[in-house]
Amino acid sequence: MASKNKRRWYVLFTAPLLLIFTTVVLIPFLIGIYYAFFEWDGIAANPKVFVGMENFTSLLQDERFLESAWITTLFTVLSVIAINVVGLAFALLVTSKLRTSNVARTMLFMPYLIGGLILGYIWQFVFLDVFALFGEVTGLDKVFFNWLIDPQFAMYGLVFVFTWQMAGYVMIIYIAGLQGIPNEVVEASKIDGASPWQRFSRVTLPLLMPALTISLFLTLSSAFKIYDVNLSLTGGGPANSTEMFAMNIYNEIFGSGNYGLGQAKAIVFFLIVAAITLTQVYITKKREVEM
Amino acid sequence: MRKLFGYSKEILLVLLAIVFLSPIYIIFVNSFKDRQELYDNALSLPATFSLQYYLEAMEKMNFLSAIANSLYVTILSVVIIVVLSSMTAWMLVRTGGKLSTIIFMTFIATMLIPFQTLMMPLMQFMSSITNNLNIPMYNTREGLIFMNVGFHASLSVFLYHGFIKSIPITLEEAATIDGASKFGVFWRIIFPMLKPITATVMILNVISIWNDFLLPSLTLIDVGLRTIPLSTFYFFGEFSIQWNLAMAGLTLTIIPVIIFYALAQKHIIKGIGEGAVK
Repeated sequence: MASKNKRRWYVLFTAPLLLIFTTVVLIPFLIGIYYAFFEWDGIAANPKVFVGMENFTSLLQDERFLESAWITTLFTVLSVIAINVVGLAFALLVTSKLRTSNVARTMLFMPYLIGGLILGYIWQFVFLDVFALFGEVTGLDKVFFNWLIDPQFAMYGLVFVFTWQMAGYVMIIYIAGLQGIPNEVVEASKIDGASPWQRFSRVTLPLLMPALTISLFLTLSSAFKIYDVNLSLTGGGPANSTEMFAMNIYNEIFGSGNYGLGQAKAIVFFLIVAAITLTQVYITKKREVEM
Repeated sequence: MRKLFGYSKEILLVLLAIVFLSPIYIIFVNSFKDRQELYDNALSLPATFSLQYYLEAMEKMNFLSAIANSLYVTILSVVIIVVLSSMTAWMLVRTGGKLSTIIFMTFIATMLIPFQTLMMPLMQFMSSITNNLNIPMYNTREGLIFMNVGFHASLSVFLYHGFIKSIPITLEEAATIDGASKFGVFWRIIFPMLKPITATVMILNVISIWNDFLLPSLTLIDVGLRTIPLSTFYFFGEFSIQWNLAMAGLTLTIIPVIIFYALAQKHIIKGIGEGAVK
C-alpha cells in the first residue's frame, strides 16, 4: 500500500516534465539520426530515399562545408583567446579595490544581457559609420574602415563583437575565482619582494586555474555554436566568407532544401560539440581531485 | 601624489567602461537625428530630442504586440520550468534508485546536443502532431512555450538537483510523520527553501528565452505572434538603410533589458556566476 502510494507520487511529480522533455528533445534526436541516412527535400509528399552513409561521405567533398569548418575553428580559437584575455583583465581591474569598481562591473557586464541578434545590428552601424569616421580622422584607413565588406576583416569583426558580448560574462567567473584567493598569499609574496608581474604570473594565475578551465570551455563551446551574431552582423557574407558551422547547417536544410544532407551535418556538429564538452568535464574533474 | 594616482585610476576605470558601452550611446544619439545630421557627425549629440522615429519604429515593428508576445512566452515558460523541474529534481533526489539515476543521467547527457541538431526533426515532429493529433503545437505561442520548457528542462533539473542534495532530509521526514501529503511537503516546506537556486534558474532562463531567435523563427509564422528578436529581424531586413529609424527600433528593444538589469542586477550577476560554475 505504502509503496504503491509512493510510486503514484513519483509519477505525478516527474511525468509532466518527462513527457515534455521526451517530445521536444529525445524523440526529435532519434528522428534526426534516422533522417541523416536519407535523401529528402523536406516536402512531405516527396519520397525519402535511403542512401546509407552517402550523406556523411559526401560531406568530405563539400567544399563550402569544409571551408565553414575551417572558418569556425579559426573563429573559435581567436575568440576564446580574446574573450579570456579581455575578461581576465576586466576582472583584475574591477577587483583592485577602487570605489568605482562596482559601477564599472555593472557596465562591463551589460552587453551580455542584450541578445546576440540585436548586438550584431548595433555593430553593423558602428563598423559602417564610426569605423569609417575614425579612419578619416586619424588617417589610419588601413585599420579603420568598414570591416564587414572585407572577407578577412569581416571574420575579425565577428571575433571583435563576440568578445564584446562575452568578456563581461567571463569577467564574472574570474571575479569569483579571484575572490577565492586568500589575501595572505598575495601579501606574503609582496613582502618577499615579488614584482607585480611576478605576483600575477606566479601566484594569482596558478590559483586561478579552476576558473580559467571553466571559462575556457564555456567560451569554446559557445563560440563554436555561434549563430545569432553571425546572422545579424555579417549574414555569412561577404561571399560566404563568414558562414559558421551552425549557419551552414541551417542554410543546407532550410535554404537549399537538402534535409538529409543537412541533418548529417547536424549529427557531425553534435559529435564535435559533445567531444569538446566531454573533454572539458574530464579535465575539470581531474583538476578537482588534484586541488 | 599617491592620492592623485589613485583618483586617476578610478577615472580611467570609469572611462574604460564608458568607451566599452559607447556603441549603445551611438545607437541612442543617432535615433533622434535626421538623415543629414546623422551623416554629418554620428558621434555628436542630436540637435533636438524628437520622438518622431520612435513612434514610426514602434508602429512598423509592431512593438507593443511584440513586447506582449515576448512577455507572455518568457513568463509562462519560466514559471512552468520552475514548477516542473523543481518537483522532478526533488523526486529524483529523494527517491534514489536505478530509475532516478537513469532519468537524471539522460537529462545531463542531452545537454550536449546543440539546437541545430534537433531543429529540423523537431519541426517535422511538431507539425505532424499539429496535423495528426490536432494539438496546435506549430505556429502558436503555447507550442513555443511547450518547446521552451523541454529545451530548458535539463539545466534547470541539474541546478535544482545539486541544491536539493545539500538540504537535510530530517525536516521532510518530520512533516511526513505529521501526515502531510508529498504535495504538501514539497510546496509548504521544500519549495520555500529553494529560493536562492530558484532565483538562479529564473534568471538564466529569462535571459536565454527572452533573447532566443532561432526557435521562435522556426515555430512562429504569423506576423501577430512575433517576439522582440523576431520583429527586430524582420524590421531590420526592411529598414536597415534608414539608419535613424533602425536605431530607434534597436533602442526600443534594449530598454526592457535595461529595466530588467536595473531591477535585478545583484541577482543577475550572482545567478550567472553560479550557473557557470556548476
